[in-house]
Amino acid sequence: MEGRRRTRLTLVLVLATSLITAACSSDDGTTDSTSSTGSAEEGASLTVYSGREEEFVAPLFEQFEADTGIEVDVRYGDSAELAATIVEEGEGSPADVFFSQDAGSLGAVAEAGSFAPLGQEILDRVEERFRSPEGLWVGTSGRGRVAVYNTEALDASELSPSILDLADGRWQDRIGLPPTNSSFQAHVAAMMLTIGEEKTREWLEGLVANGVRFYEDNGATTRAVAAGEIDVGLVNHYYKYEVEAEDGSLPIQNHFFETGDPGSFVNTAGVGILAGAADAEAARTFVDYVTGEAGQAWVAEETWEYPVVPGLEPSVELLSIDRFVGPESQVDLSELGPALPAALQLLADVGMV
Amino acid sequence: MVVRSGTNVAQERRRGRPVPISLTAGALLVCGLVVLPIAYLLIRSAEATDQSWDLILRGRTAWLAIRTIGLAAAVTATAGAIGIACAWLATRTDLPFRRVWAVLYALPLVIPSYVGAFVLLAALGPRGSVQGWLEPFGVDRLPDIGGFPGTYLALTLFTYPYMYLIVGAAIRGLDPGLEETARTLGRSRVDVFRRVTIPLLRPAVAGGAMLIALYTLHDFGAVSLMRFPTFTQAIFLQYRAAFDRTPAAILSLMLVAIAIVIVAAEQRSRGRARRYRIGAGAGRTIPLVPLGRWRWAALVFSGAVVGLALALPVGVLTHLIVRGLSAGVPLNVTVGAAGNSIVVSAAGAAAALVLALPVSILVARYPGGWSHGFERVSYTGYALPGLVVGLAYVFFTANYAPAIYQSLPLVVAAYVVLFLPQTAEPLKSGLLQINPHVAEAGGTLGRGPGTVMRRVVLPLLARPAAAGAVLVFLTAMKELPATLLLRPTGFETLATRIWTSASAGLYSRAAVPALLIVLLSAIPLSALAGRLGVTELRGD
Repeated sequence: MEGRRRTRLTLVLVLATSLITAACSSDDGTTDSTSSTGSAEEGASLTVYSGREEEFVAPLFEQFEADTGIEVDVRYGDSAELAATIVEEGEGSPADVFFSQDAGSLGAVAEAGSFAPLGQEILDRVEERFRSPEGLWVGTSGRGRVAVYNTEALDASELSPSILDLADGRWQDRIGLPPTNSSFQAHVAAMMLTIGEEKTREWLEGLVANGVRFYEDNGATTRAVAAGEIDVGLVNHYYKYEVEAEDGSLPIQNHFFETGDPGSFVNTAGVGILAGAADAEAARTFVDYVTGEAGQAWVAEETWEYPVVPGLEPSVELLSIDRFVGPESQVDLSELGPALPAALQLLADVGMV
Repeated sequence: MVVRSGTNVAQERRRGRPVPISLTAGALLVCGLVVLPIAYLLIRSAEATDQSWDLILRGRTAWLAIRTIGLAAAVTATAGAIGIACAWLATRTDLPFRRVWAVLYALPLVIPSYVGAFVLLAALGPRGSVQGWLEPFGVDRLPDIGGFPGTYLALTLFTYPYMYLIVGAAIRGLDPGLEETARTLGRSRVDVFRRVTIPLLRPAVAGGAMLIALYTLHDFGAVSLMRFPTFTQAIFLQYRAAFDRTPAAILSLMLVAIAIVIVAAEQRSRGRARRYRIGAGAGRTIPLVPLGRWRWAALVFSGAVVGLALALPVGVLTHLIVRGLSAGVPLNVTVGAAGNSIVVSAAGAAAALVLALPVSILVARYPGGWSHGFERVSYTGYALPGLVVGLAYVFFTANYAPAIYQSLPLVVAAYVVLFLPQTAEPLKSGLLQINPHVAEAGGTLGRGPGTVMRRVVLPLLARPAAAGAVLVFLTAMKELPATLLLRPTGFETLATRIWTSASAGLYSRAAVPALLIVLLSAIPLSALAGRLGVTELRGD
């Protein structure tokens, strides 16, 4: 009989724990969802789909709520997956605002026709290269591509001002990158737009011939550089600070490629308002906020990214954005989206994904 | 007592009988839930232009298929062998501390594959912890385990418990009388194992192998961290990198086709042999096989498996938490998320159990074209990546059923689609071990089929039902992609908490919810697996 009793015990145990926790947690997550629909009379409320990480942007949303009195329901997810979600939802989307990590995801939503045009006043605040030419989305912070290198393994002077030189044979087994990561792929797409598919392919093939090592994402690549597994990693500029925030100071440094080089490229996080937004006014207030004084001051002071309105400098010592990409040499970010399938195909052709 | 080739007379006779309407209705409901994602995939595939077909055909689709199937075959063979060995050691031998091992063997199932792969990389990477220990001996770097070796290792270590649990339960459900009779007829122990035990266990082994193979098809965590391109990885890439849902849909349909072939193979291998006892049995203790000198080998084997698959992940997670604490990173204890995880996973387990029952009864008691068709369709969801099932439900509910969009019932429905076979398989094995005459006896005593089901069959199914429910519960605790897409806004589970911190690169913060998943899942699983090490058996 012992066997059967234990079976029942297991079932009872599972059910009991679930009931108890159901009782305890009823005021935890579930009410969030119900209150979002029923709190309209209390004041304006807003649903934001955020591809930006909760660990970093949650304080910004709290600050926005405190400053404006507008209640925000934030739905976090991967930027590209949220873009796919918005496209599948179509007119049934509960989202008012899409706050994305990168221009590619914003472009996908724009192409599906799910964004409403933003006002010229908001667009004009941000440098032209960090906003959609059709006025459908606007950048909020810049994320530059750099080579992070191990300061114990090499001297800054050994790194060339051009990313193309990394295909040189002397970098055999010393370079790493995250081939499936969207920031890297957007960079490859940008390179295809500036130097053409053939030259980009040659460069990628050179890296592969050099035994380039692959990592899951920017963070893993940066950590591998810090551990001395590789000497140089192709990542976004702020990962050095992100990794150091958790691991203490490490023997890593950022190398910025020369202005005008295909290696110097800045992608942007950004926002757009959904065409079917239930509360377009609150949505506009949010976009106004993140591109305005308070939001950009937050970018400058609380993150390691580049503010996109002129006149503000990032919190850590970074190459100024004008000397980084130059005022002219940036590719049109809205062209990135259509170029991404070709970039993915190219990466597949050379065996990187 | 002919076991191997005996035709199931009762089932033969039943083939002409009408199937109860309630069973058909239940199975149709399940198929409806699973057919929605497939319908979605067909809609999206139909949008394919010449260009996207070109991409699929010119691209490396055949290459991907070979790699995906090769990985599934390699993982299934190795994990299957490890699982069967563990099941035998835990149930039939005098392995020292057998009852402890019986629990430990099962526990790696609670490690999410993305956590397990991360841990293996941290420990065995070129400059991982193991390299650090070997540094004094002049080892500068270890060979890269990324690609096939790492993926194969991770998936094998974290899926073998499926085989262990299912075969272990089947061994315990065996009638020792069958083997004893063969022994008294003069057969050697090896001969009996080969001619009697293995055929009796065949459905369980086939079921376990199918669960492992289908799991490998849909896994994203291990293949993405270890960077081994499979169909599932390619599907994620199409969505995440190219924002192109058409090739993703076509690749997903190919995955469905592979899954159907695997399920059909399992159905074939099951055959029509009878695997239950006809006469009455008597309670007894089965004699254990003395391992003798082999006990040391068995201990080393068990230690290696449990060490790599359980002790290493728990150790690395603990290390990350301690390191984070000493660096001043605030602890990430989320009681609410833990509660949410338990509630939604338990609801998923209960729903999967209720809905698996009609499918399993149909397949076990009314075998034939229709029921096998139901089974094949209802199992395909298990091979689909959570992202695909999630987006399919986003599409249908946001547009046609907004009332349930982003609600917990929707998450639970997705869990049923994604994990149904994990509870249907144990139920089916359990049903196949019950003599249908038992139920027929109830019928001749004037009871209707419903009463017989409730009063006779279901009580006999309590054990496999508990096993199936626990399996779904564990897997749902780990599920991430579909949960992220379908959950109510603001609803956090432990898996979403891991994702939140890990995607921001904060591994020491991700380690706390990861360890909580392991600990909370270990409780019901220990209760389930603990039974396998108990020696007393009784006749049914």
